[in-house]
Formats: sequence, C-alpha cells, structure tokens
Amino acid sequence: MGRIQLEQVTKSFGNTEVIHPLDLTIEDGEFAVFVGPSGCGKSTLLRLIAGLEDVSGGAIRIDGVDATELPPARRGLAMVFQSYALYPHMTVRKNIDFPMKMAGMDRAERKRRIENAASILNLTDYLDRRPGQLSGGQRQRVAIGRAIVREPAAFLFDEPLSNLDAALRVGMRIEISELHKRLATTMVYVTHDQVEAMTMADKIVVLNAGRIEQVGSPLDLYHAPRNTFVAGFIGSPRMNLITEDEAARHDAHTIGIRPEHIEVSDESGVWNGRVGVAEHLGSDSFFHVHETGLAETITVRASGEIGLKHGDRIFLSPRADVIHRFDAQGQRLP
Amino acid sequence: MATAHSRSAARLMMAPAVVLLLGWMLVPLAMTLWFSFRKYLPLRGGDLGFTGWENYSRFISSSSFWPSIQATLIIVGSVLAITVLLGLLLALLLDQPIWGQGIVRILVIAPFFVMPTVSALVWKNMFMDPVNGFFAHVWKAFGAEPVVWLSDFPLGSIIMIVSWQWLPFATLILLTAMQSLDREQLDAAEMDGASPLARFWYLVLPHLSRAISVVILIQTIFLLSIFAEIFVTTAGAFGTKTLTYLIYQRVLESQNVGLGSAGGVYAIILANIVALFLMRIVGKSLER
Ligand SMILES: Nc1ncnc2c1ncn2[C@@H]1O[C@H](COP(=O)(O)OP(=O)(O)OP(=O)(O)O)[C@@H](O)[C@H]1O
Ligand SMILES: [Mg+2]
Repeated sequence: MGRIQLEQVTKSFGNTEVIHPLDLTIEDGEFAVFVGPSGCGKSTLLRLIAGLEDVSGGAIRIDGVDATELPPARRGLAMVFQSYALYPHMTVRKNIDFPMKMAGMDRAERKRRIENAASILNLTDYLDRRPGQLSGGQRQRVAIGRAIVREPAAFLFDEPLSNLDAALRVGMRIEISELHKRLATTMVYVTHDQVEAMTMADKIVVLNAGRIEQVGSPLDLYHAPRNTFVAGFIGSPRMNLITEDEAARHDAHTIGIRPEHIEVSDESGVWNGRVGVAEHLGSDSFFHVHETGLAETITVRASGEIGLKHGDRIFLSPRADVIHRFDAQGQRLP
Repeated sequence: MATAHSRSAARLMMAPAVVLLLGWMLVPLAMTLWFSFRKYLPLRGGDLGFTGWENYSRFISSSSFWPSIQATLIIVGSVLAITVLLGLLLALLLDQPIWGQGIVRILVIAPFFVMPTVSALVWKNMFMDPVNGFFAHVWKAFGAEPVVWLSDFPLGSIIMIVSWQWLPFATLILLTAMQSLDREQLDAAEMDGASPLARFWYLVLPHLSRAISVVILIQTIFLLSIFAEIFVTTAGAFGTKTLTYLIYQRVLESQNVGLGSAGGVYAIILANIVALFLMRIVGKSLER
C-alpha cells in the first residue's frame, strides 16, 4: 500500500515561500512524475514527502495515516538520490544490507533479500565491490537495490538518471518502468526531462514556481494543456504559441499549435515563410520558419524525407482541429 | 596521463628540489653521526678524537634514558588521544549551523597562532600558578586547597598545555574533512533508519579516517620534539624529561656534544619506529 496525500502543504525557507499551498493525491501503485523547470520546488516537494524537510504548513498522509510529524525512517518510504548517495566505504552487499541492518532484521532474511534484489538488478557479480569500482549505471542499480529491499510503501526518485549518458538513460528508464510493473509499488519520480515524464508516468504533475500547474495523464496534458505554461512545457519540440492578429482571428489571446500538427508543403499553404535553422534527424526534420507575417518564429515537424534547406521558401497549414486557444491570463479556452 | 617523455621531463624538473632536500637532510644527519662517535667536550678540551661506541653505551645506560623514553611516549600518546577525541567533538559541533559560526571558528583556531613558549608561560603563570593563577582562584572560591600543578601533576600539566596548542590543528583538519561529506549520504542514511549515533559510526567516522590518520601522523612528528613547553615550565624536572630534553641537557648543560649526538641518533631510531608503526595503521585506513 502506498497512497500519498498532501493537504495544503507549504514550505518556506526563511521568509521565502518556495512551495505554495498545494493539494495532491498519489494513488496506491501509481507512477507519478513531478516535472517543472529548474528551481520550481520538485526536490523540495519530494523531500517533504520523504520527511527530510519539515513542512511549514499543511499535512501529509500516507495510507490515510497522518505522517506529517513522523521521522523519515518511520514513513515506510525509500528514496533514490540524484548523486546515488551510496556509502563509499561499504561494499555493494553492505550498502544494500544497511537499511535492513538498521531495522534490526533477521540475518537470514537479509541475505535472502539481498540476493533477490541483486538478481532482479543484475548485480550478483558485483556484490563484493565498492561503489567506486562500479559504472554509473551499476551505481544507480545499487541505489535502487538499497531502496527495494526495505519493501517500502512508495519509492521516491530525485532525478535518478540525470548523471547517466543518453544511451544508458534510455535503458535505465525502461528498467525502472519494468520494475514498477513488477513491484506494483507507488513511485514518485522527479525529473526535468519531459521524455522521461511522458514515457514513464501514469500521472504527471507539472510544477512551476512552487505551484501545481496541472495534474493528469501524459496524454491529457498533451491534448488538453490547461494553460500556456503546460502547453509550452509538455511536448518536444515546444508548442508554437502565437499571439496578436492570428490569435484574434480565433477569438483568443494566444493560440497554440504543436509542430507536428502543421502540414508542410513547398507549393501552397495558409502561411508562407523562409526556413531558418533546419534540423534533420533522419526520421523527422524540424524547421524553424521565419518571415511568415506572424510575430513568432514557427517550429514545424515534418517527415524526414522533406529536403528543405536554410533559406528555402516553405508553406505551412495548421490543422484546424488541434488548435489550442488561451485567454489573456494564459488559461485554456473551451 | 604521463607519457615517457613527460615523465623524464618531470624528473629533470624535480631534480633541484630533490637534491636540495637531500642535502638539507643529509648534512645534519652526517654531522650527527660523525660527532656521535667522537669525544667532543667544547669546554673541557674540545675534540678529543674517536671513542667508538662509548657515547652510545653511556647514553643508554644513563639512569635518565628509559624514563625519558617513557615520558616522551606518554606525552605524545596522551596529546594525540586528547586532541583527536576533542577535535572530533569540536568539529562535529562547529559543523552545525550555529549563531556566530565565523567568530567561533576563529576563536577555536586562535591557540595555534600563539608561540609555544608564550602559551606555556601564560599557562604556567596565569592559570597554573598555585598562588595567583586562575585555577588557584577557582579552587579557593570553592574552598578547596589550590593544586600545585607543575609539581603535583607535571606530566598532566604539560599534556594539558600541549593539547591546548594542538587541538585547533586537529579540529581544523577534521572540520574540513567533515564538510566534504556528501549531505545526500547523510539524508540517505536517515531514510534508511540510522540513528544519529549510527550515522556517526557508519558514515562520518569512516569518512574521517583518512583525516584522522593525517592528524595523527603530522602531530606525532611535531610532538616527538616538543621542547619549549618543557623548558619554560618544569625544565625537565619531576619526570618530564623527554628524549629531546635529555639530549639538550647532554649537549648544553653537560657540554658533551658526542653524548648528545648519540642521543640524537637514538631519537631518530625512536621516531622511525613510531613512524613505521603509524604508517602501518594509516596505510590500512587509506586502503579502505
Ligand atoms: N535549504 C534551502 N534553503 C533555502 N532555499 C532553498 C533550500 N533548498 C531549496 N531552496 C530554494 O527552493 C527552491 C526550490 O528548490 P528545489 O531544489 O526544490 O528545486 P528543483 O525543482 O528540484 O530544481 P532542480 O531541477 O534544479 O533540481 C529554489 O528556489 C531554491 O533556491
Ligand atoms: Mg532538484
């Protein structure tokens, strides 16, 4: 079990409130991802849940029990840190053993769980090494192993993959998702990588400056962003946000259209402009288009076969059914 | 990394320093060895030629020799124990966010800037004096008989003075080491259910083991040769005569350079035994 509820939680450091009153429920077994720009309070929120920071106001419930005043170890949560935070002078085995040893568990049971975790995480051959003798990915797995053996009510991850190279990151992302399917334990995962957020999450929580902008499934956020912040944050490349005359034509202050929802042609279209930077990824090409008569540069995503270059004339036609409309406050219009 | 070329270049560049250091070390060493085999009494006939091993056997058979070794080891050992333990405690305290941290840290380090002679004199006259000393006043205030520190607890008094001098050094090194401990590790241990004591034992202490070895090694080198603190307090009386002090007495008070030099060679041997012993321990802690 691991249902986490935050009720009107706030956090201040000195006089600055970094988490504004905030309500959130993470259901048992859910994979919740916190995303947001740097400094928006993701880590702080996670540390509040973990108990490593005291809340300034509000309450935290875990499985219905008020855990606001409980010390970290009694909340039944396990955390994986960005720096892995392995104990450098202990072997992998001792690292994984540490939480169970502190809990005073039976020796045979500890051994069984270490072996089990090691086989799940492919660490069996490394049990007698020290963290300094492992690669980044292996260290990451040890950190996860140390979290697993406690059989926590929920796992908390703070940007666990940000120190890994791109290929390893994709691999570990899949491993963590598989682990979640296998253990069916609640996971709360902090990242600023929106690909991780979209691919792993059951529920994404978009944070900005200590406030929740939107909570929903990845596709909810993609299809119906509640405001311009979420619209710009979810999706890659970013959604085009267009103001002024073109927006007024749609009865909105701002309209949003995703790069993949614009048809590209070299003959005719609604807007025409000139290609600035062209990024060819093979499967797709991204074009940054200027001189369209709009106030903003437009980014479009086209099939990789289109061979337009810098300076070429390009014609764009937005798909009318997927235009998002926002009012002057940036809120979504129906 | 180092290619063959850059290695030989490095050797060439280091040569002057190495030669200088070798000369610096070898010349006094050679002179000590030379004099230790000669009968050299500056005020009673000067250099009177070779005497073979006589200086060595006389130095070691003197009734003051073994007590001086004992006094040396007691002082070094006790000061090490006190400075490392108190240093750990102070470093732990100073690592906490406290009000006026900067000033407190400077105050803690201050004793290190006081010259040994001065600090020993201050201790002797202002704290330990049985009539006018601060301690005497405290004792009297409680109606107790003032302690005559330097004659009743001569070794203890010297240990106290020297520890006071070296505590800042130990604290400083241990504090910097403590500050380099990754906070996330402490957080992780807290989540893992480790009590503050367990965190100290399983994380902080292993993290500090190198720094502790360095403190022990460096302090030992300096403590084996403390002199001023003894000179201005007990002048070697009441069983506070260390090996260094004994050598000083042989050379300057008895005006016997040969005998003193033989003592110097014994001091070198003692220092090496202690160093070897320490390197073993330090080496072990560095491996981990
Ligand atoms: N101990 C602290 N004392 C004072 N301010 C803090 C402290 N910890 C965090 N903050 C402030 O709180 C805000 C949120 O920090 P937090 O670490 O939660 O950001 P984040 O969303 O995790 O960012 P990142 O993606 O860069 O890790 C920041 O403005 C930061 O300066
Ligand atoms: Mg963070």
